[in-house]
Amino acid sequence: MSASEQDVVVRLTGITKSFLGVPVLRGVDLELRAGEVHALMGENGAGKSTLLKVLAGVHRPDSGRIEVNGEEVVFGTPREAQQAGIAIIHQEFNLLEHRSVAENVHLGREPVRRGRVDRRRMEEDTRKLLDWLGEDGIDPAAPISRLSVAQKQVVEIVKALSTDAKVLAMDEPTAALADQEVELLYDLVDRLRKRGIAILYVSHRMREVFDLSGRITVLKDGAFVTCAPTTEMTSDQLVRHMVGRSLDALYPDRATDEDLGEVRLALRGAGNQRVREVTFELRSGEIVGIAGLQGSGRSAIARAIWGVEPFTTGTLELDGVARRITDPRAAVRLGIGFVTEDRKSEGLALRQSIRDNALLVRRAALPGSAGRKRSDLAALLKSVTVVARGEHQEVRYLSGGNQQKVVLAKWLAVGPRVLVVDEPTRGIDVGAKQAVHRLLRDLARQGVAVLMISSELPELIGMSDRILVVHEGAIAGELPAGASEEAVMGLATGHGIGEVA
Amino acid sequence: MSVVQQKSEVARGAGRGGARRFSLTPTPTVTVYLALAVLLVVGSVLVGIQGGVLLDQGGILNILTRSTVLGLVAVGQTIVIINGSLDLSVAYLVGLCSLVAAETMAGSDGMMVPGVLLALGVAAVVGLVNGLVVTVLKVNAFIATLGVALILRGYLEENYTGPAGSVPRAFQHLGFDRVGPVPIGVLLMLAIAGAAWWYLRRTRGGYHMYAVGGDIDVARLSGVRTGRTIVTAHVLCAVAAGLAGVFLAGRLGSGAPYVGTDAGYDLESIAAVVLGGTALAGGRGGVVGTIGGVLILSTLDTIFDDLAVDPFFKDVVRGVVLIVAVALYARRQLSRRSG
Ligand SMILES: Nc1ncnc2c1ncn2[C@@H]1O[C@H](COP(=O)(O)OP(=O)(O)OP(=O)(O)O)[C@@H](O)[C@H]1O
Ligand SMILES: [Mg+2]
Repeated sequence: MSASEQDVVVRLTGITKSFLGVPVLRGVDLELRAGEVHALMGENGAGKSTLLKVLAGVHRPDSGRIEVNGEEVVFGTPREAQQAGIAIIHQEFNLLEHRSVAENVHLGREPVRRGRVDRRRMEEDTRKLLDWLGEDGIDPAAPISRLSVAQKQVVEIVKALSTDAKVLAMDEPTAALADQEVELLYDLVDRLRKRGIAILYVSHRMREVFDLSGRITVLKDGAFVTCAPTTEMTSDQLVRHMVGRSLDALYPDRATDEDLGEVRLALRGAGNQRVREVTFELRSGEIVGIAGLQGSGRSAIARAIWGVEPFTTGTLELDGVARRITDPRAAVRLGIGFVTEDRKSEGLALRQSIRDNALLVRRAALPGSAGRKRSDLAALLKSVTVVARGEHQEVRYLSGGNQQKVVLAKWLAVGPRVLVVDEPTRGIDVGAKQAVHRLLRDLARQGVAVLMISSELPELIGMSDRILVVHEGAIAGELPAGASEEAVMGLATGHGIGEVA
Repeated sequence: MSVVQQKSEVARGAGRGGARRFSLTPTPTVTVYLALAVLLVVGSVLVGIQGGVLLDQGGILNILTRSTVLGLVAVGQTIVIINGSLDLSVAYLVGLCSLVAAETMAGSDGMMVPGVLLALGVAAVVGLVNGLVVTVLKVNAFIATLGVALILRGYLEENYTGPAGSVPRAFQHLGFDRVGPVPIGVLLMLAIAGAAWWYLRRTRGGYHMYAVGGDIDVARLSGVRTGRTIVTAHVLCAVAAGLAGVFLAGRLGSGAPYVGTDAGYDLESIAAVVLGGTALAGGRGGVVGTIGGVLILSTLDTIFDDLAVDPFFKDVVRGVVLIVAVALYARRQLSRRSG
């Protein structure tokens, strides 16, 4: 036996799994070695999360073997998998909003002393892990509901680490993180790897996969395609394995002068609790990007425009008319659409069908017969490439990326004149990402004004006709199309253009 | 490195803002006791205008006595509601357990302990059934416990027409004796409430109950045995209701089949729990608030009795109080979320 053979911590062979007779995994093999980062790639709905859930004891495989340290195991519950040293960071947040950070981290494994939960030790342990990660901004006693999305992700990681796992599987851990925070995660993954932990890494971001992983396994439609060392694969090959064809890496053409129309949306000195003195114009036909660090106020601007947390000072003009938008309904009726960054809690009615979700806004906010129209549903879903069993499938059973596409469809259904998109491609695979990019550009060509927030700088730069950079609640500057990442980061971190700390 | 530092600065700033908002809006528990204090003052004034006194020893005793049985049932109800479940069978269970206790004792001193134990045993079994129907058969708790309630009612209607059994004199003391100025029943209720508080807030089992009620999927994926947790909650709730039945048997001198339903302990206990700030959806709240809710309800009753208002008006006020309370808690939640 070779040395690497002995290092195998987990081996999955021939795993199959069907839901209601529909096969989702068809004989998948996977092998995780100690101290190795193993990337798992595949399109939306390929079965990556399902495979992780099989490993985590959430789903029982229909057939196939799971071996841990050479011995066959059967996990009946997540608890058993946990006890075997397997920790999973699921694709969707797995935290209790109203409990504290420490309580969440130790959930199910609370330390007990003399019959009572040792809260102090819980908080100390959590603090130690947070320190080890270099995160001192999170109070172990604070409730989860007060944390930002990125901080929640950190808590998820701490929660997984606290189990003393030998195997750590992460399902798109960076989907909620901005580029800068991804660096933090890189560092973390590296340290875990050196500790001899086997890491399974699922991500749609090519760059991460090539930076981090030692080997890559590709799934397509639930079947095993290939497994190869990362060094022996190019990103082009990888895409071909995943999508079945190659993709050009180009973004759609930017708006020309003819494309640009009237000023659709104008903010003048607008502000509220989170942001101040926001002034910019958005023309029909253009895509304006908003860049900034997590928590800088990017999303706050979007949410204010849409009336969730309205502006309290300054003016907002729509087609030259000053408007006060105090709730989302008013925004929808004025032709503003908003794709939220938090699809699970704000974007979808998880227990309703794809069709009901896609038509939700149209039915709720549009008056008269326009609200009841549904003939174009199929075309709508196709334009965002939703992969599902049918339009009656409940949204909660869709893969993460496909859920995101339904959120997009929901807004396309009402034909907004201003579309605000917050992380529109979060969790979407490479092929579909390109489809979304084209879609946004097509919308712009048809005269829609698009305001786009994205934590993925290449995407933001590639798509935007102009970029506004937000820093600590105010606009720090504006950059033209095709600005460099350094320029954006410089402004975003509060330095001048081009200097990065 | 500066990126990280800046981020944590922003986070801290947000935390401060949140803390400020937090301290402005009191927690439901604080609200309940503030409301109780206001109610006592207003009640005293109103009763005083009519020439009576609300808070003399008799009045206080009256409020506390009224709170005893409802308190016991509501503490149990709090536990299931925190789990995101519900128990509608408690009212019949109270009657059933009073009968089991009184009939087993049948007037003999020696049978007191077996009577109590048997009654609590029966309660535990009913709770177990509730819990298993909810977790194993996956029937919605509302329907599951309603079904069990109907079964209990059928049994009671078939076998009893009125009070039955008798408890020995010694046991009746439980219903009426006092330690100093405080009735034993009140002490019993507070002891149970204290134990429930300890269990929910200090033990692992209690932590898991909040987790299950907060989000059952999160709890399960985190390794909590969710089924076991819910079943435990139902058993504890039923035992608390059983204890209420046993206590009532002591006070009445015999078992009474409809003693629980006549007082409407099923809905009344849920009202007290919700009034006390526990979220009906589960995951938030606690026993302390519930006791406050119980005290408010029984204070209202006492005030109305002193003022001799008609029953219709009484129910209207209770209804309004409940709705206003829940609306207040909902507002608070909204303001927290937008923060
Ligand atoms: N509990 C379930 N019931 C029914 N179907 C399910 C269930 N869970 C997943 N599926 C289906 O299984 C398929 C694979 O889903 P999975 O979440 O594993 O995809 P994925 O590779 O993680 O995709 P993404 O990149 O979008 O996260 C999807 O078609 C999904 O609809
Ligand atoms: Mg997935």
